Amino acid sequence: MTVAPAPAPQPVLRLSGISKSFPGVRALSDVQLELFAGQVTALIGENGAGKSTIVKVLTGIYQPDAGVIEVDGKAVQFATADAAAKAGVTAIHQETVLFDELTVAENIFIGHAPRGRFGLIDWAEMEAQSRALLTRIGADLDPRLTLRELGIASKHLVAIARALSIDARVVIMDEPTAALSHKEIHELYELVERLKAEGKAILFISHKFDEVFRIADRYTVFRDGAFIGAGAMSDVTEGQLVQMMVGRSVDQIFPKRAHNIGAPVLTVSGYSHPTEFEDIGFTLHQGEILGFYGLVGAGRSEVMQSLFGITRPSKGACRIGDSVAVIRSTAEAIGQGIVYVPEDRGRQGAVKGLPIFQNVTLPSLGRISRGGFLRMAEEFALARDYTRRLDLRAASLDQDVGLLSGGNQQKVVIAKWLATKPRVIILDEPTKGIDIGSKAAVHEFMAELAGEGLAVIMVSSEIPEILGMSDRVIVMREGRIAAELTGSAMTPERLVRAAAGIAEAA
Amino acid sequence: MTKILKSREILLALAILALIALISTRFPGFVAPANLANVFNDTSPLIILAIGQMVVILTKCIDLSVAATLALCGMVAAMLNGMGVPLPVILLAAVVLGAGLGAVNGWLVWKVDIPPIVVTLGTMTIYRGIIFLMTDGKWINAHQMSAGFKDLPRAFVLGLPVMSWIAIAVIIAAALLLNRTALGRSFYAVGGNPHAAVYTGINVGRTQFVAFVFSGALAGLTGYLWVARYAVAYVDIAGGFELDVVAACVIGGIAIAGGAGTIAGAVLGALFLGVIKNALPVVGISPFWQLAISGSAIILAVAFNARQGRAKGRIILKSAEHRA
Amino acid sequence: MSDSTHHTARLIPDRLTSPLARALRSWEALLIVVAVAVFAINSFASPYFLNAWNLSDATFNFTEKAMIAFAMAMLIIAGEIDLSVASIIALASTAMGIAMTAGFDTPMLVAVGIGTGVLCGALNGFFVARLGLPSIVVTIGTMSLFRGISTIVLGDEAFTGYPKSFAWFGQGYVWWVFSFELVLFAVLAVGFYVLLHRTNFGRSVYAIGNNPTAALFSGIRVGRVRFILFLMTGLMSGIAAVCLTSRLGSTRPSIATGMELEVVTMVVLGGVNILGGSGTIPGVVLAAIIMGLVTFGFGLLNVPGIVMSIFLGLLLISVIAVPRLIRRWGK
Repeated sequence: MTVAPAPAPQPVLRLSGISKSFPGVRALSDVQLELFAGQVTALIGENGAGKSTIVKVLTGIYQPDAGVIEVDGKAVQFATADAAAKAGVTAIHQETVLFDELTVAENIFIGHAPRGRFGLIDWAEMEAQSRALLTRIGADLDPRLTLRELGIASKHLVAIARALSIDARVVIMDEPTAALSHKEIHELYELVERLKAEGKAILFISHKFDEVFRIADRYTVFRDGAFIGAGAMSDVTEGQLVQMMVGRSVDQIFPKRAHNIGAPVLTVSGYSHPTEFEDIGFTLHQGEILGFYGLVGAGRSEVMQSLFGITRPSKGACRIGDSVAVIRSTAEAIGQGIVYVPEDRGRQGAVKGLPIFQNVTLPSLGRISRGGFLRMAEEFALARDYTRRLDLRAASLDQDVGLLSGGNQQKVVIAKWLATKPRVIILDEPTKGIDIGSKAAVHEFMAELAGEGLAVIMVSSEIPEILGMSDRVIVMREGRIAAELTGSAMTPERLVRAAAGIAEAA
Repeated sequence: MTKILKSREILLALAILALIALISTRFPGFVAPANLANVFNDTSPLIILAIGQMVVILTKCIDLSVAATLALCGMVAAMLNGMGVPLPVILLAAVVLGAGLGAVNGWLVWKVDIPPIVVTLGTMTIYRGIIFLMTDGKWINAHQMSAGFKDLPRAFVLGLPVMSWIAIAVIIAAALLLNRTALGRSFYAVGGNPHAAVYTGINVGRTQFVAFVFSGALAGLTGYLWVARYAVAYVDIAGGFELDVVAACVIGGIAIAGGAGTIAGAVLGALFLGVIKNALPVVGISPFWQLAISGSAIILAVAFNARQGRAKGRIILKSAEHRA
Repeated sequence: MSDSTHHTARLIPDRLTSPLARALRSWEALLIVVAVAVFAINSFASPYFLNAWNLSDATFNFTEKAMIAFAMAMLIIAGEIDLSVASIIALASTAMGIAMTAGFDTPMLVAVGIGTGVLCGALNGFFVARLGLPSIVVTIGTMSLFRGISTIVLGDEAFTGYPKSFAWFGQGYVWWVFSFELVLFAVLAVGFYVLLHRTNFGRSVYAIGNNPTAALFSGIRVGRVRFILFLMTGLMSGIAAVCLTSRLGSTRPSIATGMELEVVTMVVLGGVNILGGSGTIPGVVLAAIIMGLVTFGFGLLNVPGIVMSIFLGLLLISVIAVPRLIRRWGK
């Protein structure tokens, strides 16, 4: 796939030859990107393709090591976030970066609040302008509320209003629909159309193909920090885009495996929590991979974390094998053979700052010590065995985990749990944010574990992954189980319908 | 209505009023306007310092060197007075010196990236040590100070001493700064979400630096007021006062993690401690109790803050939404 | 195929980096150099320095602080801090004074001193580990509270007249020039070394300091570890209170004022990261010795105590600042 010649006139913003490296990682190498007025350009790529890095370059957070940024054909430098904003580039971020303690109006105008007499902030003017902006995007919000009091969708609208307030020419939307409901997503689409009509150049970053085909005019694909291709949406098919994105055809990604499903290992019934989930029940068998699908915020991680003893359910029972299990802490969960590979690897998984071997042995300290005293040789042997099994790439086992790539960090976290010899392993978004090579390795490894008789739960928001790996899929919506799908019922359409609460097509 | 009752400033104000009412049931003289004005005047240095400290805490830092800065600036003011320097110049010098000492703290935090607690623990001893080096441990007593120098804070204007008026002016100026200027709002932004502050073009380190300069300047001003009012300057004046200042902020609901708090809170926190301090001798409790009482107040206040600010898990169930 | 060019596709060596190579590059190596230098300067500066009894006297400058510093080091590595230690000493010493006035003898006094320390530590631990309050504010609060209680009891007075046998802890010698405090310091140094570097508990401390959430998600009982650390800091402060009271022979309202600063300085000078996550006991031992030698040297040169504290303040800031500045200018 090659670059289609740009049909439009001069791009508003053009990046060329951009490279950016961090210690141990080459995040971007020689990438290019063009944005045109009144058009939506979709930036497509898997997690770790370099999308967030390019956003940070565009908004002046990172300075590229090499390459040129041009606005209206003139080379510019975005040395600070301020400089990017002044050039009319603004971003609405993945995790909406706003200030909880400030009001809606202030969040919209922070950094460029209207001034009144003596250069003091003119609150009345600021609130009036905020109200106008919010009305313009069809948001019914009181500008005087503090942000803390708003839900995630409303915060998003505030972020969009902020982008409009600086009279941006380039609006970057980084996964804008990730946390939104069906209705909110449609409202967002309308908003994008309105921005287009106003002549803004929009960079739309998304994983979701339906979304991209619906609203984008052009596309650019990155893979592993490199530019792969760009062109008009009308010239490509979904299959071609997927191929550019992953670099190989889709059905090869997932390992084939034998399905030897054995006796029940974990039986959950009536699990409920006052605010997060209700009446969750399922049975997990030996050698089974049970997929949990749902939209972000459907309560899947919350259920898993209560099985792992982080939060306690208000009702419900859990049986492991034949006996009732009471899990009040993570230590008890581990003792019962339930382990959890968290979604938030940086915060909940790897202990950055500690060497690899100490990360691996952290939950197994009891096994490698006598009377509380560590046996260093046993510790090293345990760490070595499990990191080898996962084919970890590192200079030495006493290297700081924080210096490893995302994929290798994930391998360390998985190794840590396998070293405890668990009966049930819960993987929460196990391949989020890791490179393709590691992703395949994690998939193969999951298949191998299930083959050995381990019971596996995989929480994932990626439909191909869920369908490619699971024996059975439970779909959650708004804290409840919406559907359980097996065999031929496991189709993308059914998953999406169940997750979004849309009735089956007749 | 419930929103007003939940407001921590109102609660604190009610607590102070209740405290005063309680004391006045047995000692009616305590609520005499003259006495209340006296309590306010007595608390003025604490109010001024608490406002400076609050700004520093808003930016996720802490300044333990305020009392040492106060002492050093107070001593310099007294020495300048001894040399016959005119009073306006002395005042200016105290404020500028305080700002400079604050700038040292701020520079170490901003440019050298040392945790604020370490920086100010260090400068706290260094600044006091400098007083010793300057004076050889000698005191400057009342008879060595000019009358004009000593009288200014105590002079009455419109029924209140100048020191009270200065505190009121600082309160108003700080309220304007925090609520009506971009800089003031950036203090909140930096502490509330430093990550996001960068995205909005706010320089986190520089904002923290400015906060330290602000706190230092106020400590310098208080240094003059303190030395003039008590008519004595030596190495250990206001020893341990930094704890009272932090206590006033904590009691006033300034979140120690940064980003949240109001001027009203800081002022009320200081007044709460001031009322207790002034009430103890009236009620006949030994002043030796004061330290233990303010310690308990800090702990109670921080426990109370934590209960209020406890992060709730996300609400997923539709049925739970209206309950929460 | 996926291009994983930025991976170094080599096998992990079957051993860790050589301990010697590590040791030579460490902060501790630098501290040893500093210690030797201070020792040399002192012996040139004063003819009285190189004398077994004088050197033995010098150890009293750091033994009590170092005992607390060991526990404080673990606490700071775990990402917490206890600013109330000096006030715990004051309260424990006051409690011993009360016990003495009530007619109790040495064993009971020691028990009261240590017991008070443990109780204070438990209170801090309860607020931080159970209620989840920030340790810096809590211990600023208990710093006032503990010293405040001591002030209420003492007022302007002091307890004096401790029994003769009680004096041994701060003034007695186990053998030749080796005082009880010095021997206790050595024993505690070894004990804390083993605890921090060779046990499950020590490993948990590092894990919590680097990432408390991930530690919790790894099955570590984070709250319990934090509580024990505060308890230990209280315990060591209690023991230090026994030694200090015994050495001074009295309890005055100003006992141990500002000692929390010296203890924190010692810990930071010893290479412990004030933000938690890293540090070693040998580093703290070396820092204690350096601070003791410097204080002693200043004492021999008749430098007043407050100048010593300026020096400590400068030391505290510069030990953190200098490596950072060098790294910056090196780039």
